[in-house]
Amino acid sequence: MFSKILIANRGEIAHRVIRSCREMGIATVAVYSEADDRSLHLSLADEAVCIGPPISARSYLNMEKMMEVAKETGADAIHPGYGYLAEREAFAALCEAEGITFIGPTAGNLRLAGDKLAAKKTAIYAGVPVISSSDGNVPTVKEAIDICEKMGYPVMIKSAGGGGGRGIRICEDEETLTEEFPIARMEARASFGNDAVYIEKVIPEPRHIEFQVLCDTRKHVTHLGERECTIQRRFQKLIEESPSPFLTPALREEMGEAAMAVLKAADYVNAGTVEFLVDREGAFYFMEINARIQVEHPVTEQTTGMDLIKEQIRMAAGEALGYTFDDLHLKGWAMECRINAEDPDRGFAPCPGTITRYRPPGGFGVRLDTHLYEGYELPVFYDSLVAKLVSHDLTRSGAIRVMKRALEEFRIEPIKTTIPLYLRVMDDPRFLEGDFDTGFIQRFLPEEIEEDD
Amino acid sequence: MSDSEKAARRVEVRAPMSGVFYRRPGPDDAAYVDVGDAVEKKQVLALLETMKVFQSVKAPVAGTIVEIVAENEAALKDNDLMMVIEKG
Repeated sequence: MFSKILIANRGEIAHRVIRSCREMGIATVAVYSEADDRSLHLSLADEAVCIGPPISARSYLNMEKMMEVAKETGADAIHPGYGYLAEREAFAALCEAEGITFIGPTAGNLRLAGDKLAAKKTAIYAGVPVISSSDGNVPTVKEAIDICEKMGYPVMIKSAGGGGGRGIRICEDEETLTEEFPIARMEARASFGNDAVYIEKVIPEPRHIEFQVLCDTRKHVTHLGERECTIQRRFQKLIEESPSPFLTPALREEMGEAAMAVLKAADYVNAGTVEFLVDREGAFYFMEINARIQVEHPVTEQTTGMDLIKEQIRMAAGEALGYTFDDLHLKGWAMECRINAEDPDRGFAPCPGTITRYRPPGGFGVRLDTHLYEGYELPVFYDSLVAKLVSHDLTRSGAIRVMKRALEEFRIEPIKTTIPLYLRVMDDPRFLEGDFDTGFIQRFLPEEIEEDD
Repeated sequence: MSDSEKAARRVEVRAPMSGVFYRRPGPDDAAYVDVGDAVEKKQVLALLETMKVFQSVKAPVAGTIVEIVAENEAALKDNDLMMVIEKG
């Protein structure tokens, strides 16, 4: 087992990882940029080291600096969290070359998952259905237009090097494609350090359902059930739950087998997620492999009782999983709301600022993963996710009632957040019945003002 | 042209919200605009990144860029002056 882990991230996920390390008796090194020198994760960790200026490209994405700090502090493993270096093949390779364990998949796994076309080929090889798309990276607007003429609109531009919804833009026609394409590339580069994008055909009224899979280094693979992530806005997940109200036991088994088949075919190790789009008839299509711990992992933790960060660390240290899905004591229903510093009434415009009043929710069935505190200044440089509010109860309606009560308790002032939007969703008859697709959130929003107008 | 006429033609372009100011689409690309460039109305002048969301900053009027006040990659506050256009 490792003696010291460097957490190459910030915000709530840095807290999350540090906490699991502490419970495992593993020393921790936090890193931070100059904009984060008052962040709480510095004080939770045993050591904290500044890694550079505010802009992510010069701090949290700086692989050489990260490695330098790992060596100086004597860390024997690095947990990348999500985003930043989590899916950078070059970083996993650098860790391997330097003899420091990267807590995550292999460099080869990341290359495969990062090359969405190669990942699709793997899914096809594993006998899993896929969505039609461009043959890999689309470098210019002109080529994008040609591809879309053949494929037919609407299409979506996706970050080939990314995931987590960043850099994705939907285009109804050539005009929007021409306008959105350069912005999608810019966002892709800023979030993932890679501006390659590809184009995929849109499936109408889909649900987004993904499976959490764990693969130890001894070729033992298990899934931990699904997460329903259909409530999204512009491919940014907002509300996730587990289990999915849509899946029958038979479909769950079929999709779980498919997810494991993809990762087995990929010779995958550590925690990974296989994302599917599911149409109204229950036909499912492989979308991509998320080769990291995901933002929404807590809903799986609540229903399975497994600490996924600890499982990641155990697997990275070469330990065996020793269980399968059938061994798990699944319990109840869990739901997560991503509390973002965004104004839903103004096109989800980001709302940086200083938190002058902060009152977190608590009580039975409530879990809160956050880096907020009263007096904290939200930097403009980083993601707008400020808290993950998770509810857990025996039933779905129970989890919704806990969530509603917790959202009502939660005070974050003076910035705008997504809390008022979620309060409305928790009262919505269609949401209560579990009847929704990825366009669900649109009817809660005023006519959207394009961000670049 | 008198100073007051000139002043009347100066149009300030200010940050619509706090964010990081980028003069070029990517680190290796040319700047969107430089001082002395003629610009069309709605032409992209710069990018502003707020919490990983990018918006393009567009010219409110046609004219000539006479001043670029904000530094590339600087963190701007809401309403900070970015550049000045002399209306054409």
